[in-house]
Amino acid sequence: MSDFAIEVNALRKSFGGRAALDGLDLRVPAGSIFGFLGRNGAGKTTTIKVLMGMLRADGGAARVFGLDAGDPAQSVEARRRIGFVTEDKELYPYMTVEQIIRFTRPFFPKWRDDLERRYLKMFDLPPKKKIDILSKGMRSKLMLLIAVCHSAELLILDEPTDGLDPAAVEDVLRELVAIAGSQGTTIFFSSHQLNEVEQIADNICIVDKGRAVVAGVLDDLKARYQRFHVVLESELAAPVRWVDGVEHVRQEGRTVSILASGNAEGIVRQIESLPGASVERFPVGLKEIFLEKVRSDENALV
Amino acid sequence: MILRVNQSSGIPLYLQVMEQVKHAVETGALRSGDQLPTIRKLAEDLVMNPNTVARAYRELEHEGVIELRHGSGAYISESVGWNSKITRKAQAVVQSAVERLVASGLSGSEIRRLVENELAMLRDGADHE
Repeated sequence: MSDFAIEVNALRKSFGGRAALDGLDLRVPAGSIFGFLGRNGAGKTTTIKVLMGMLRADGGAARVFGLDAGDPAQSVEARRRIGFVTEDKELYPYMTVEQIIRFTRPFFPKWRDDLERRYLKMFDLPPKKKIDILSKGMRSKLMLLIAVCHSAELLILDEPTDGLDPAAVEDVLRELVAIAGSQGTTIFFSSHQLNEVEQIADNICIVDKGRAVVAGVLDDLKARYQRFHVVLESELAAPVRWVDGVEHVRQEGRTVSILASGNAEGIVRQIESLPGASVERFPVGLKEIFLEKVRSDENALV
Repeated sequence: MILRVNQSSGIPLYLQVMEQVKHAVETGALRSGDQLPTIRKLAEDLVMNPNTVARAYRELEHEGVIELRHGSGAYISESVGWNSKITRKAQAVVQSAVERLVASGLSGSEIRRLVENELAMLRDGADHE
């Protein structure tokens, strides 16, 4: 098997002249828990639909397990090995929980009865209830149960914790970690909840306006990104706007706040060359990186 | 062993796990030969990524704090007793430095910030060597 469960190159897709995907690149290492982040309308769901063969891209390539998602026959082969939770959590509304499970399992020869029992109990899913009266959170859990029980090698989850209460979110995250740890399943999930991405993802990609703006190993990104607080001797001292690695500079009087994505040593050297300047550094979380990357056109608001 | 991580602090999670294991060794909560939880168990307990736990264990092994025995898990190294003697000596150095800084009028949080800043500078310097 390839080192990447998902590989996307220069993917393009437009709807009525508006580009939803504008040259997206994405590499999801096999065995990773991958957090796919972006604002509403950034292109997350479009990407997922292309990966699942539900939408045809206008250009570029999308491969899952090395199989072309744009080729119907190859896509069917890939989808057998994928567990999928959709954004709208839509399931046949007239079926009961029990019926949809019974309906689904014959499609998947490697169905896990033990997991089915375990999740029915843990998620507190009522077997006799009809799907149309379940809450969004309940439907989300039911889809997750189906996705997990057919022994998928890859889970593609579009906002899997949307509509869940905090205790249920923690249950779901713990199960995802357990599945990744025990079966080596690759998990690709989109989310607006930066804290849950920080909690379980080892790799991330932030997408904005249909392009990947940050991607990599989360712990490495956190080690690279830092914030420097500088106090200058005079307001006129030149800031370090043009030093390599500087992402964003904000100055108020004699204090300057710098967000950097690397080259910490070079930046510190530059600051210390200013007479009388003092510098302190602080770690930067995913939220700050995210806001910096997706709001760069709106710096006036930050 | 009770570990806690703060996922939104901006400090890489594998470093947080490493620091806490080392701290447990320094305080004597973990001793030579003690077994650590398996990667899977710790990942599930902390609800964090198994790959991240694995990375922390690999780095701890690299630093000689733990030994990974194939098939049976991770153990605190036999050599860490030596390390805690150094720690005791270091504690005396830190104690006298802190006393002097407090006497000069600095607050606890100011001292903590100064020390952390120095460590961060040192770490970056070392990364580039």
